[in-house]
Amino acid sequence: MHIHAYEKVWLAASVLLILFLLGSVTYGAVGPGIAMVSDGESAIDPGGIDEDERFSEPRVEQVGETEYEAYVVARQFGFQPDPIVVPANSTVTFYVTSADVIHGFEVAGTNANTMVVPGEVAEITVETDAPAEYGIVCNEYCGAAHHGMEGKLEVVSQSEFDGGRNGGDGE
Amino acid sequence: MSEAIEGDRTFADEFPAEARVVRAALLGSFLALTLGAVFGIIQTLHRTGVFRGLISSTDYYTSLTAHGVFLALSFTTFFLVGLFTWAVVRSLDRPLIDIRITWTWYGLMAAGMTMTGISILAGFTDALDMSADVLFTFYAPLQAHPMFYAGLAVFIVGSWIAGADYFRTWLAWKREHPDDRIPLQTFMVLTTMAMWYIASSAVAASVLVFLLPWSLGLIDQVNPTLTRTLFWFFGHPVVYFWLMPAYLLWYTVLPKIAGGRLFSDPLARVVFVLFLLLSTPVGIHHQYLDPGIAEGFKFISMTNTMFLLLPSLLTAFTVVASVEYGARQRGGTGLLGWLTDLPWRDPAFTGMMLAGLMFAAGGFSGMVNAGMNINYMIHNTIWVPGHFHLTVGTAVALTFMAATYWLWPQITNKPIYSRSIGLVQVVVWFVGMALMSNAMHAQGILGVPRRTAEPEYSGFDYPVMFGGFEELNVQIAIGGTLLFVSTVLFVGNLVLTMGNPKVSGLAEELPPALSGPDDAPRVLDNLGLWVGIALVLVVLAYALPLAAIINRGGLLGPGVGTYPVWFAPALDALANAATPSLGAITDAAASLVEVIR
Repeated sequence: MHIHAYEKVWLAASVLLILFLLGSVTYGAVGPGIAMVSDGESAIDPGGIDEDERFSEPRVEQVGETEYEAYVVARQFGFQPDPIVVPANSTVTFYVTSADVIHGFEVAGTNANTMVVPGEVAEITVETDAPAEYGIVCNEYCGAAHHGMEGKLEVVSQSEFDGGRNGGDGE
Repeated sequence: MSEAIEGDRTFADEFPAEARVVRAALLGSFLALTLGAVFGIIQTLHRTGVFRGLISSTDYYTSLTAHGVFLALSFTTFFLVGLFTWAVVRSLDRPLIDIRITWTWYGLMAAGMTMTGISILAGFTDALDMSADVLFTFYAPLQAHPMFYAGLAVFIVGSWIAGADYFRTWLAWKREHPDDRIPLQTFMVLTTMAMWYIASSAVAASVLVFLLPWSLGLIDQVNPTLTRTLFWFFGHPVVYFWLMPAYLLWYTVLPKIAGGRLFSDPLARVVFVLFLLLSTPVGIHHQYLDPGIAEGFKFISMTNTMFLLLPSLLTAFTVVASVEYGARQRGGTGLLGWLTDLPWRDPAFTGMMLAGLMFAAGGFSGMVNAGMNINYMIHNTIWVPGHFHLTVGTAVALTFMAATYWLWPQITNKPIYSRSIGLVQVVVWFVGMALMSNAMHAQGILGVPRRTAEPEYSGFDYPVMFGGFEELNVQIAIGGTLLFVSTVLFVGNLVLTMGNPKVSGLAEELPPALSGPDDAPRVLDNLGLWVGIALVLVVLAYALPLAAIINRGGLLGPGVGTYPVWFAPALDALANAATPSLGAITDAAASLVEVIR
């Protein structure tokens, strides 16, 4: 089969581009440590969320010196807790599940983003920096009032977080 | 490539019965295009907040479902079967085996799409207890009316019979020409349909085994991750199913219009074989952010996806080289000076070239989508529709419209009413899409979600980059309006063309490639081998993920409820009550489920 010389060069450049793209993603995984939403959490009974230890009371919990866990429930058409309040300069792991249909959980303008599927728990870990307010949107169509499904993520200073703990991070 | 249609006889003269089928398929396709465009303009004005008076925000999702199904499934597939019927018959230079079978698959596809279409459009009225506001992806546990799923199944079965029609015609030809290479166009049709059988088997299984019985109440629940995965098993190769007919036109018709011929027949075959092999084992890249699917499976899918760039990059080379050859045949010289010697006044040429240019842009935004970790930034944002309006919405749709200016006279013996209007039409499409798609990509980076009636939220404002949210909305609205205008020009031009008298002398011959099929290794024509390898790749990519998903959530689901969106009146009430009180909603939804059962 005859392949033109220019075409061989083009083919080689194409393969290099592909390898570069794969390499950049691999670097993202091992360098900055961007992990994918995965199957690490076991499946959950979506009908039994109200009795579940983590999700019956959606909340933020401190689990280490600067480490926090947020248990979030998405359902038609809102998120709990709302707002989600976390301290600045901390590591926060979100565990998000759905009580009904498929939803999305996206902190607008950031890369904190995951699907929320009934029967599964999505786990994403983020680093917070300076205090700020972010919108949370459901980015998967979930029914007639999907466009009204939003929440808020408040990243507050450590002192404000400690001050508001006894009742601030509920619903 | 065989030089089938010689001299002054058009396809319509040679094969009048087949030409009738091609016309019917193309007209079905353009009907869907018209409907899809109407919903498109309604949505673009609603979503951007320019005009929300025509439909409620709840009905927006009915419109969005119609827009997706009519354009992505109906417009594309009907055009494809028309084009493929033309390509097979033309390149084999023989009629189809039995035209009654041909009309049977056409009838099944039309009936199926009508059923699905009615179930969707019924969502606009409360008079019928029927709707299917589940969007093009129909993710369970949102549930459509059973007729939505049944129609889809009938439509897919029709397309399978169409594929069988092409294969049988080829086999008959092969008996008559035992030593000949498969003509290039037929080769492209057969590899595309082989891919379609593999891909659509999953969505057919999802619909027939799970979703249809579930919507009929025969089973209580489904596994949402499983049906979603089966959808994407089909949902990525379907984009190549849309694209392959455009490639067929770029490879076999565009070089001719440019004044030359295809650069390399063997490489065209290699490209189609690569698509057959790699289109399907990549669907999990739509599920990078799904919980319940292991990271390793996602990485495998990404690797396959990146290699799927190869056939498209090769196509870019071959198509540009073929066009340059055409320009030089017309007297073009210089490093880039030959570009001025191309037939830019021909809407078929300019339309296809602009479509190809936009496909390159779409390819680059696709590389971002495909990058597993960059995908976090844009997943389910309006970036994604921005991307696929470049690919299916321009590379495919604009190529189909442009090619129609060339193909329609061949199948009707009627000259196009106005080539100038045609030229304006393809340029308006390009400008409109440039505005709309660019602004959609930019909004996506701000975090603006896709698939929402009202992307502005009460609790927060989007960050400002590349211009703010509002400015970008204006660009989207202007772009979307131009696209609608372009569609009206296209359909209007075609309607006026149908009023033209028949003339003779419209026949156009397609020249063989510069480097012909004899340069291609014979193994390329061994379709059985390639289908076998494609199946092995699919099993490697999907067996373990599917087993894991079933293992986790059960074949029939982990206990999820049923959320019918075809109980229209009840749901409207639900939507109105929605935002203020969460608890009330949950109760209402619970009682709704009771009512249905």
